[in-house]
Amino acid sequence: MALLEVKGVCKTFGKLVALDAVNLTVENQQFHGLIGPNGSGKSTLLKSIAGAERPEEGTLSFLGEDISTTPPAIRARRGMSLKFQITSVFNLLSVYDNILLSLQAAHSLLSLAGSRSRQKLHTQVLDTLSEFGIEARADDLAGNLSHGEQQWLEIAMALAPGPRLLLLDEPTAGMSPEERRVTGELLRPIKERCSMLIVEHDLDFIKDLSDVITVFDQGQVLDNGTPEQIENSERVKEVYLTRV
Amino acid sequence: MFVLFALMPLLSGLVWSEDDSFFWIVFTTKVLILSLFGLSFDLAWGYAGLMSFGQALFFGGAGYVVAVMSRDLGISSIFIVLPVAVAVGLVLAMLLAAFLLSGSRTPSIIFIAFGTLTGSYAGERLARAWYYLGGQNGVSITKALTIGDMPLYEGVGFYYLALGFLVAAYVGCRILVRSQFGLVLAGIRDREERITFLGYKVQLTRAIVFTLSGAIAGLGGGLYAFHEGFVWPALMGPIYSTQAMLYVILGGVSTLIGAVIGVAAIEFATIILIDYLRDFWVIILGFLLLLVIMFRPMGLLGMLVSNRERIGSFRWRGANSKSDTRGD
Repeated sequence: MALLEVKGVCKTFGKLVALDAVNLTVENQQFHGLIGPNGSGKSTLLKSIAGAERPEEGTLSFLGEDISTTPPAIRARRGMSLKFQITSVFNLLSVYDNILLSLQAAHSLLSLAGSRSRQKLHTQVLDTLSEFGIEARADDLAGNLSHGEQQWLEIAMALAPGPRLLLLDEPTAGMSPEERRVTGELLRPIKERCSMLIVEHDLDFIKDLSDVITVFDQGQVLDNGTPEQIENSERVKEVYLTRV
Repeated sequence: MFVLFALMPLLSGLVWSEDDSFFWIVFTTKVLILSLFGLSFDLAWGYAGLMSFGQALFFGGAGYVVAVMSRDLGISSIFIVLPVAVAVGLVLAMLLAAFLLSGSRTPSIIFIAFGTLTGSYAGERLARAWYYLGGQNGVSITKALTIGDMPLYEGVGFYYLALGFLVAAYVGCRILVRSQFGLVLAGIRDREERITFLGYKVQLTRAIVFTLSGAIAGLGGGLYAFHEGFVWPALMGPIYSTQAMLYVILGGVSTLIGAVIGVAAIEFATIILIDYLRDFWVIILGFLLLLVIMFRPMGLLGMLVSNRERIGSFRWRGANSKSDTRGD
């Protein structure tokens, strides 16, 4: 059984067709890259999977269950984690509190009111911060981090609760080449823990990480295959590599 | 602040004559009860982000129920009156929250403000029009609140009762907003659209806080009714709802203690200055509030407390909390 199955998903914004009968499958422990020109529908697909957009047609199945109309919070609780394209950490909270907020999301509100898991989650928070190299900034406000650090914090927040599927929307957007390299190194070991669907513009970045790459163009799947197949695909070269 | 309140009845005899001292104790009791009302608004707006223009519905609604219970059933025991008052505030707030927050879309501030305002307005109109509730005249309470066989009249006893409930409500709210649940509330205030993707049920969380705020307002309403010996339609209406908002805006939003400071500042300034300034005081008060909103939107406490201190840290600070003592 595939972890995620997208079948015939359509989404329009007025007259603009953002997604046109898109099919896509993500297997367990698979890193799946999504590339395509600007406005090709990659981010809309990611948002539709996470529940931020509701497709007009088609079905979304996660762990064998239809989640087409499931609210985002329930999708997250079932093991789906999203990192937005635009960095959206909690600016007024400390870096530590951002991770804690993410880790405690599965707990009941009653248990949170009693702060029952604060001590238990403490080590997990520090370990997560350490993994992403931002432990020293634990007590700083997230809004005071550099752009790259905010991106890492957000990836850390998405990964912290142990999701089955990590959805990353342009995790290296606005990063320096060095930060990009570090991000690649941070993401590689994650494969042991979960599957990942990652939207990126940088083909070099994504081909090193992905098992499978799907190429989008004008809301449709243009091609699908291993990084080598995509690199050698004439259709992809024609549409994607010449336009981006 | 609470220490000052606790010492006030003890020290008042040294400052004022017996009659004046009694007047100020009774007046400060009213301030303490209204502080519960202010606290309830700060919980709803400052922490759950719900601009409640209907807080008086819970305050006055509870006041009316206990007043009618006292009038028709002769019930004045504190062990019945106050739990009923809390329950009335809680149930009214829960119903309003269910109506306003259960939609599939995120409700806007305007929707919440108008929805709660309508509830408060409807409550006042109902009380004005319904003969059973005394119409325009309201309901008088002729019995004193009782603890067992002991009546609790205006004065030192009632004062410390009100102070005890205020401190308990404040401490309870403080523990809640500094708990992991409080972290969720801070996250909702910071990025409501983001937090749902972490798995939080935003509207349910807000509804719980709103319901709690209704319960606290209800407690205040029950005490207020017996302290004043009278309830009237405006107690449920938009004017009182606005008053709760002004207390908190002046004192400091999202601080809890700011609500108490706001009530004390407005009520004491009013009682002291109205003799000298008469009708001008209302104009001056309005102007002062405008200045605060324009230049200090976080209220008087905003001058002393930074955003960082206001929100606080949710990090575990136990004995082994430092990274170098994790033992790994």
